[in-house]
Amino acid sequence: MTPLAEIWVYLAQEPLAALTATLLAWLAALRIHAWSGRHPLANPVLIAVALLAGGLLAAGIDYRAYFSGAQFVHFLLGPATVALAVPLYRQFALVRRSALAATASIVLGGAFAALAGIGIALALGAAPEVVASLAPRSVTTPVAMGIAERIGGLPSLTAVVVILSGIVGAALGPVVLDWAGVRDWRARGIAIGTASHGTGTARALSVNATAGAFSGLAMGLNALATALLLPLLWGFFAG
Amino acid sequence: MIGAITALLVCQLAGEVAVRALPLPVPGPVIGMVILFGALLARRRPAPEALGGTADGLLANLGLLFVPAGVGVVLFLPVLARDWAPLSLAVLAGTLAAIAATGRVAQALLPKEALLPKEAPLPRDDP
Repeated sequence: MTPLAEIWVYLAQEPLAALTATLLAWLAALRIHAWSGRHPLANPVLIAVALLAGGLLAAGIDYRAYFSGAQFVHFLLGPATVALAVPLYRQFALVRRSALAATASIVLGGAFAALAGIGIALALGAAPEVVASLAPRSVTTPVAMGIAERIGGLPSLTAVVVILSGIVGAALGPVVLDWAGVRDWRARGIAIGTASHGTGTARALSVNATAGAFSGLAMGLNALATALLLPLLWGFFAG
Repeated sequence: MIGAITALLVCQLAGEVAVRALPLPVPGPVIGMVILFGALLARRRPAPEALGGTADGLLANLGLLFVPAGVGVVLFLPVLARDWAPLSLAVLAGTLAAIAATGRVAQALLPKEALLPKEAPLPRDDP
């Protein structure tokens, strides 16, 4: 084997190259996001996924070989999900006075978001694993992927639809809320955080601090409510 | 920092054990999140500084952590090609309908805030 081919075999199979490529793609995606003026459509996760997926397809590298390196990053999803309790606790202290009404709205809104996705997908004849991947669409990505795995969805597809839902909500949510006559900043934050998780929350925070706090609370509580209720209901109706 | 990371891992491990022992159809890390949230509520004080810093550091780069799984869509390109219409409609229409419905419900349920001006200015969408 020529030295060049040996190097290629090493790069395609050792975890170091995949891990490095993942971090480089992420840094490049952050650059592009900053250049775009932090536009919601230039979402860094989407850009990094497109760069790496394009690279794997172009070079003919197997996804499993890539994941053997990237899994070191993937592992941190679990601790990061646990860490979501910290901002949830901070927001909870901030919004304590309206906590009951906020919680009721978030649980109802989260259920509506899941049902709307399931209903549309079923009506258009999507495959069962696609419906299951869409069901946790409005929940923050790490939790949504865990739910999808539990109910027979494809976690990778879920990651992509969750991110897209966040982008849609962040970009068009304010327009829809104006149209629906929702002028209360707290209600606007709850709506964005329930339907488009962290991406929407980042947007809400940049517009109004009250909306941001309620959006953060909605993201955390909806993740919790959907993770606790959706697998149970799914088992009840599908099983 | 090591203490804070250990606390996160202990909560996650307890969550993973709980979902297997009971058994619950819920992701283990979510139960870990519930455990940590409950512990913070029980303390009745602001979150410990080291835990807060570690959580903020981890969550500031949350997007990076989805990338390896997201790249897994390369395995499902045929699914995407077949079901692109329900996928895009559910994402677009489902999300916007959920935002409108949740906003209306929240506005109806929340107690009126005396501090808010009657005609709150509508937010400008530009950053």
